[in-house]
Amino acid sequence: MSLAEETSTTAMALKNRNLLLGGALTAVFLGAALLSFLWVPYDVTQLDIANKIKGPSAAHWLGTDHYGRDILAMIMVGARTSIAVAVVAVGIGMLAGVPLGLWAAARRGSLLDEVIMRGNDLVFAFPSLVIAVMITAAFGPSATNAIIAIGIFNIPVFARITRSGALTLWSRDFILAARVAGKGSARISFEHILPNVLNLLIVQGTIQFSLGILAEAGLSYVGLGAQPPIPSWGRMLADSQTFISFAPHMALFPGLAILLTVLGLNLMGDGLRDLFDPKLRRGRT
Amino acid sequence: MSLLDIRNLSLSIHGAPILHEVSLTLARGDILGVIGESGSGKSMTAFATMQLLPEGAVPEGEVLLDGVDILSRSEREMCQIRGRDIGMVFQEPMTALNPLKTIGDQVAETVLLHEKVSRGVAQERAAEALTRAELPPEKFPMSRYPHELSGGQRQRVVIAMAIALRPKLLIADEPTTALDVTTQAQILTLLKKLVKEDGMAMMMITHDLAVVADMADHIAIMQKGRVVEEGPTAQIFRQMQHPYSKALLAASTHAPERSDESQEDPLLEVRQVRRTYTLPAKKLFGARRQIEAVKGVSFTLKRGESLGLVGESGCGKSTLTRAILGLEEVQSGEILLDGEPVFTGHKPNDVVRRKMQVVFQDPYGSFNPRHKVARLVAEPFHLTPDVPRAEREDRIAEALTAVGLTPGDAHKYIHEFSGGQRQRIAIARALITRPELILLDEAVSALDVQVRAQILDLLADLSKRYGLSYLFISHDLSVVRTITDRVMVMKSGEIVEEGPTEQVFDTPAHSYTQALVAAAPRLPDDVAA
Repeated sequence: MSLAEETSTTAMALKNRNLLLGGALTAVFLGAALLSFLWVPYDVTQLDIANKIKGPSAAHWLGTDHYGRDILAMIMVGARTSIAVAVVAVGIGMLAGVPLGLWAAARRGSLLDEVIMRGNDLVFAFPSLVIAVMITAAFGPSATNAIIAIGIFNIPVFARITRSGALTLWSRDFILAARVAGKGSARISFEHILPNVLNLLIVQGTIQFSLGILAEAGLSYVGLGAQPPIPSWGRMLADSQTFISFAPHMALFPGLAILLTVLGLNLMGDGLRDLFDPKLRRGRT
Repeated sequence: MSLLDIRNLSLSIHGAPILHEVSLTLARGDILGVIGESGSGKSMTAFATMQLLPEGAVPEGEVLLDGVDILSRSEREMCQIRGRDIGMVFQEPMTALNPLKTIGDQVAETVLLHEKVSRGVAQERAAEALTRAELPPEKFPMSRYPHELSGGQRQRVVIAMAIALRPKLLIADEPTTALDVTTQAQILTLLKKLVKEDGMAMMMITHDLAVVADMADHIAIMQKGRVVEEGPTAQIFRQMQHPYSKALLAASTHAPERSDESQEDPLLEVRQVRRTYTLPAKKLFGARRQIEAVKGVSFTLKRGESLGLVGESGCGKSTLTRAILGLEEVQSGEILLDGEPVFTGHKPNDVVRRKMQVVFQDPYGSFNPRHKVARLVAEPFHLTPDVPRAEREDRIAEALTAVGLTPGDAHKYIHEFSGGQRQRIAIARALITRPELILLDEAVSALDVQVRAQILDLLADLSKRYGLSYLFISHDLSVVRTITDRVMVMKSGEIVEEGPTEQVFDTPAHSYTQALVAAAPRLPDDVAA
């Protein structure tokens, strides 16, 4: 990338308020998760019944829960769970969905294309959270099962977006030039198509990441996600339910953590989309 | 008094100067041809006249339409003027129409926007406008959608929209560039007729001198945002003054120096090639329809020869090109390169394919924007895995030098190059495997005349140096004429005429060739180049 191109992309990124705000929120959330490996205000497995259900104070910035655990510490460690689940779920979706999409586009119009895409439709047709509940019910509740369940439902999302991006590329002359050079469709898919649909995938990845966090929170809320003593935002919400009338801070802070993280990721996805949108950047390439 | 009076119009966009003191006048019933290469500011002049300027544009000077200063009008007032007083015809009829609306509705919309009339009256006016654009509703019902019409017919719809309210001024921005020669001739005749009938003034923007030569009353030649020469058409062509205008004219009639190097032994043999496509059935379990794109074509290209293949869109020349390149298998017939079949079994033969390469039309779509030039140019090495890595770098440098670039360009990205430079890179990519045959698929059609002349010279020179043969596929007769020894004319999947280039163009035998040659826009014979 030339210097001029680079600076103008950076300049455009700096002007994009969605991207800046979303990026900042995401950075805070990632930072909290990373920091929790090095330092947490209190050990989250240590119970301190004497100090249970205390509101925010100098000792406990965000207060304590019904076992006297520090809520700030639990949110920080809980972020790890959320990130782990979302990263692996998006990873499963991309690793399986992108090659499927590329394959379908390379054999566009064929029976194989139909089989792949109708298979995707089939997965799409099931409400993902209900299936996730089913899987965890069948194989036992755990973070791993939640991850797999959420990941499977990411596959058709990435397959579709890859295929639609790839289809328009396949009609371009530079693909024809690669075919004239004797390259097969698999090679063309990875060498020419994939780098050019990457920006679509990054944007969608951000959105799916936020959906993954929501899904994990949802599963943990009903007790099918990460199991105690691993802290999870969803379960913190569930635990707070009984105390909501006299200890609203127990629900407020994990709720805010989910809200701000998902908001940040979505804003960042929108911002990235604006940044990558060829329509807005036409005439520059 | 003149209808349109542009006085000292200067324009800058985000501080970058685009136009410098452009002054043009246009009288009622006259046609002004504004000519220039890309980036000359010809389209910006037209957009300024309609106040359709991009964000950040700061115009200075005056644009008077019938005494009214356009530049001082508000957007609301401009909405009244656009469409009613000024009509516009765009280059690309495919994108200028809304695909979801019938042609009748689209033309009627212009009427409804500007006049308080009922829907029925608007439809009547639309029918009238379409009839004047020679698309009578009796033959082309107004309930048709754009996709049901050909390119030329769509351009007539665009014209009908522009003239529906009988504007005083019609701006046509490259109205025929996207069309075939015969269609182009019809559209130009139509525009001329409409100008005469309505006493309308027309500003015709084009890069092609020949297009305006026999229709414009006045010509303005623009370069880098300035009008360098202006005057009555006949005078301009006879006594051109400005060096740029002269260069432009010389480039449009430029014929590269070349000699017929063809030998007797055949390089490419195409024998009775047929290619049919099966269209999807219209109904479930309905019969599938077949389209025969190439109907038994045979020809031979001799070693060292430059052979032209001319035809309009849909004639099957692209299908034939893809078949020769081994991208698609043909149903019957044989394609032999150097005596060996391009397809063996059901697989293209890479040993044969490395002897030919291709250059495509679109310098912007022909390259992966994410790769550097070195990687782009080196792509055909895939066909020659035996070339050692160490040698590849030298070959890339050699190919880039051969096309007039520098070896250092290998480390740049494609967006750093202009259209002409990109086409040079495309040629470098074609040269890298040292092929014997290069297929040029409309390789110079998208280029400005001066750049085109340079590329044609380069091709002629390369053919001499490397003993290359060319198959030159194009719809543009003038280009084919200057660079080929022999030419074939293709129509509806068949070759209807074949012979030495001069002979085919001077004394065309087939009626279709005659029509093509007659339709091609021509510069006046007595030009003082």
